[in-house]
Amino acid sequence: MLDTVLFYAFGGIAVLASLLVIGQRNPMYSVLLLIVSFGALAGLYVVLDAPFVAVTQIIIYAGAIMVVFLFVVMLLNVPREEPSPPGLLAAARGRTIGGLLTLVLAVELVWALSRVYQEWFRAGAPAERLTSVREIGIALFTTYSFAFEVTSILILVAMVGAVVLARRERLE
Amino acid sequence: MPSLNHFLVLSAVLFSIGTAGVFLRRNLITILLSIEIMLNAVNLTFVAVGRFLGTVDGQIIVFFVITVAAAEAAVGLAIVIALFRHRETLSPDAFMSLKW
Repeated sequence: MLDTVLFYAFGGIAVLASLLVIGQRNPMYSVLLLIVSFGALAGLYVVLDAPFVAVTQIIIYAGAIMVVFLFVVMLLNVPREEPSPPGLLAAARGRTIGGLLTLVLAVELVWALSRVYQEWFRAGAPAERLTSVREIGIALFTTYSFAFEVTSILILVAMVGAVVLARRERLE
Repeated sequence: MPSLNHFLVLSAVLFSIGTAGVFLRRNLITILLSIEIMLNAVNLTFVAVGRFLGTVDGQIIVFFVITVAAAEAAVGLAIVIALFRHRETLSPDAFMSLKW
């Protein structure tokens, strides 16, 4: 019962905040609202017996990645999105087509996912196994150790790439 | 406990919101934020299915998705900064040519 209430509360907050993110013209507000949405998702992860993911979500997503976004928004100092040029028919048409495509995708996804055959997904293990960080660590460093190591290379490449891309070209 | 379909439908809605952001917004930073919304919708699917299958695999994949999202945000924002230096705008309409 409590789970259901929490699900609807957090789900509602996540959907509402996400809608406001794409409704804002000021990217600063968008970033802050996205943090709210991520907090609500962390709550949903707790409902799903995944406290490790919830904490990771808060620390890494809301804490680190969003702060990078905030830094860039402040660095570039473009508070507002320029309004689309008036009388531009192509922009209006693009918006209509984009809206229609989104609507089709939404209906399709909701239709498909609401009729997933649930008998395939009967909880096999007790919740204690899922919530334990120990189990996650064991799986991460045995079954998934190769992927884990590759991740470190990915981070290194991304770091070097970001520095190279954002560097100001020197005037010789 | 809400059923698996509740979580799947919620993540479908979130994913569609992210797609709408990519389609409708004309600001590169908002588009990157919309991609983050989509990644999070998929994360929710992974955790929910993992929970109902009774394995920790879903949570571990989310761990990797978050890592990839961090890399994507770093590189994407670096590209946004480089583009902004060239054109002084964040509207994707200004970046239609591959070379200038």
